[in-house]
Amino acid sequence: MIRLLSIRNLPQSVLWILALVVLVGIAASLYSRTAPAADKAAATTLPAKSYDPVIRLPNVTGKPVVKNGMASSAELEQIAEAKAKLLARPTPEWMPKPVLDIPEAMAADAASMKAYNEQVPGTDSKFKMVPIPGGTFAMGSPAAEKGHQPDEAPQHEVSVEPFWMEEHEVTWTEYELWALNLDKQRRKFNKTETTERDKVIDAIAVPTSPYQEMSFGMGKEGTPAICMTQFAAKVYCRWLSAKTGRYYRLPTEAEWEHACRAGKSTAYSFGDDPAKLGDYAWYTENSDDKYHRVATKKPNPWGLYDMHGNVSEWVIDQYDLGFYGKTAGKANPLAPNTKEFGRVVRGGSWDDDAEKCRSATRRASEKDWKKQDPQIPKSIWYLTDATFVGFRVIRPLRTPTAQEAMKYEVDEDQLTAYKDYVMAQANKQ
Amino acid sequence: MSDTKLATRRTFLKGTTAVAAGLTLSSLARSAHAAGSDKIRVALIGCGGRGNGAIDNCLDADPSIHVVAVADAFEAPATNAAKNLKRNRPDRVDIPAEHIFVGLDAYQKAIDCGIDMIVTATPPGFRPFVYNAAIKAGKHVFMEKPCCVDAPGFNLLMETNKLAEEKGLKVGVGFQRRHTPQFIETIEKIHDGALGKLILLQAYWNGGDIWNRPRREGMTEMQYQVNNWYHFCWLCGDNICEQHIHNLDVCNWAMDDHPVEANGMGGCTCRYNGDKKGTGQIFDHHFIEFTYKSGAKLYSQCRHIPNTWGREGQHVFGTEGNSSVPGGIQKAAKSKENRKARKSLFGDSMVQEHHDLISAIKNNEKYVEGWHGATSSMTAVLGRMATYSGQVVRWDDAVAKGTSEFPKQLAWDAPAPVKKDSDGNYPIPLPGVYRAY
Repeated sequence: MIRLLSIRNLPQSVLWILALVVLVGIAASLYSRTAPAADKAAATTLPAKSYDPVIRLPNVTGKPVVKNGMASSAELEQIAEAKAKLLARPTPEWMPKPVLDIPEAMAADAASMKAYNEQVPGTDSKFKMVPIPGGTFAMGSPAAEKGHQPDEAPQHEVSVEPFWMEEHEVTWTEYELWALNLDKQRRKFNKTETTERDKVIDAIAVPTSPYQEMSFGMGKEGTPAICMTQFAAKVYCRWLSAKTGRYYRLPTEAEWEHACRAGKSTAYSFGDDPAKLGDYAWYTENSDDKYHRVATKKPNPWGLYDMHGNVSEWVIDQYDLGFYGKTAGKANPLAPNTKEFGRVVRGGSWDDDAEKCRSATRRASEKDWKKQDPQIPKSIWYLTDATFVGFRVIRPLRTPTAQEAMKYEVDEDQLTAYKDYVMAQANKQ
Repeated sequence: MSDTKLATRRTFLKGTTAVAAGLTLSSLARSAHAAGSDKIRVALIGCGGRGNGAIDNCLDADPSIHVVAVADAFEAPATNAAKNLKRNRPDRVDIPAEHIFVGLDAYQKAIDCGIDMIVTATPPGFRPFVYNAAIKAGKHVFMEKPCCVDAPGFNLLMETNKLAEEKGLKVGVGFQRRHTPQFIETIEKIHDGALGKLILLQAYWNGGDIWNRPRREGMTEMQYQVNNWYHFCWLCGDNICEQHIHNLDVCNWAMDDHPVEANGMGGCTCRYNGDKKGTGQIFDHHFIEFTYKSGAKLYSQCRHIPNTWGREGQHVFGTEGNSSVPGGIQKAAKSKENRKARKSLFGDSMVQEHHDLISAIKNNEKYVEGWHGATSSMTAVLGRMATYSGQVVRWDDAVAKGTSEFPKQLAWDAPAPVKKDSDGNYPIPLPGVYRAY
């Protein structure tokens, strides 16, 4: 039942080996000189410098004990600091190089971008990434659009750079490789060697055990992962980047809307008529009060499924009502993250009316999304009431520098919350 | 959440207890609630995640609640709870340093420090004792579920329920489904015969794994077990008691009865492998066939194994129809309001359960949820006795003959009830060998 694919079994890796034999070095030097943004030829061993993100946790068990043999708050703080430090390093600074070379995933420029299937090494998890052209589009909606809300105004032109976007929402199968630590457990079960690379990846934080069944009875086969905080989605992206060696992150709000519109200025990517929504989306009229398998409705013109429905999707931006008024004509707008709630999700869900499924609809996260979490402090990983929230990943054509990547990754507010949570969890594993 | 909103919701809960039109101080006679004061002074006993959650729900439920003491077996959780409560609710939390009680007897000290009510979420094994001590001392009680982990605990609960009624004390138990409008409505319909006679019930709590707290140098064995309480039967009662009890309680509620017999199977396959070896002794899956007096069967399954099929809920079948309580009987209209209610099924009810208790205190209405708290807890214990032993276990035998592992002497340096074997593992019950009593 548990089937692990070794690298040798994969057609991609066969291609890679052939390519390596034929092109030896030529390709490598070509790509590294002329196309810094694209994948470089895969390296089987990793350069030592870019590859020592492991911050050793203090060995608290060896210390003199305090009352009741429990950790002192100073000890806990040390642990929390060390763990947070690990999370604070932007992914490009230490991300291992690709293991599996996927020729289609390499592109020197926007014109040569192709769709490709990402394959998470050592697992049977695959998903398709489709190219999204960069360019300028009108973000937001005009007052005349049916269902228009004040937060969609003013409609304004912004531009985004080219990227690939996952064709469907991240599924439970993809997500739980990381979230349930399945990748690590399966390696152990199959007695697969833990490489230096694995050790680095294993050091990335994983969620605490969920208190209850997180699909809330809606099933996990081929369906989108839900109920994760934006923090969890961001850490998943970090893990995915490390596993694959390609830089994945959440989209910005502008990138998401650009991809959703797929070049169309209408309310939906298929036009203005909500009567056609059922062909493209699972929403309140056809969902039977639950989410559905991803990619079972029609895609948008750029090949993206479920942008208008099934589950709403995390983007990076903070919900800022004044932001649209300040970014007209700007490139790559991104409202910086400032606090836990009021982060944006885009796209309708199984629980939304047609009007809420429009390309321009915005929604901010709320405290109530954690309402039924029975514990205090409430989890930093789960939004127990947000059964309508998931996400999908993007990969920018141009991999950002470590400095640039800071704004896409775990932010200060999330780091503080993470530290507090580690402290409060005290001795829980 | 505002008090008005809760009161409005409460009027919807017809069939529970009536809502008094006006609350006056004179209606507080006979309650432990201090006369001449509109404050209800509360101690939080057990300062883990749920304890902190429960006290927060309690504070949300009614402005008369004031927290004046905290108690925990360990120092850090007690100190942190006091600090965080004060920070979050400065005007309704006043816990002097001498009211932060630490140790295995901390609960008694908190009960005796001049309070009206306790909110308790200690590890379940302690609950019957905490409950009994609070009722003896004349305090109102909100206790989390499960209320006991073995038959002697159940008997103590029943005795204490009687005492609470005699003293006019009010007792709330953390079964929030009993305070959720959709559940109440559905169960009322079932009791009114909407499904005919119930013949089959299914209950599920299939989910992933749980936390596991590591042993730290310098801990005594007793400290390790109490701190890592979920993994020891004498403290948590196994996962059937700790979580699945919610679903068993709904089934008992629908049947308006408890099972008379159980047989089942279960084991521990995944929980204590690898670096978790030798960290605990509970099962990670149980399947039980319960039988009610009427002959109705309840098939109950609970599992703690990550990446396996998951479901939390229940489904009941009657001669005239079936319902996935709380759904199925009437399809909620697709209004925005219904949608909102559906979305947060339990968020509000975790506050509502406190509101209902506090209303009963203020109005001096009879209110002892300890009765179904006890029988539903014992239902879970019965199921566990069946899966551990592999035998058919009858309710009456279990209640009369069931034993307890609770230590005779409760002290950090006293012998712990469970000991590791020569392989470094805690004994996990072997069906066929283990004896239920």
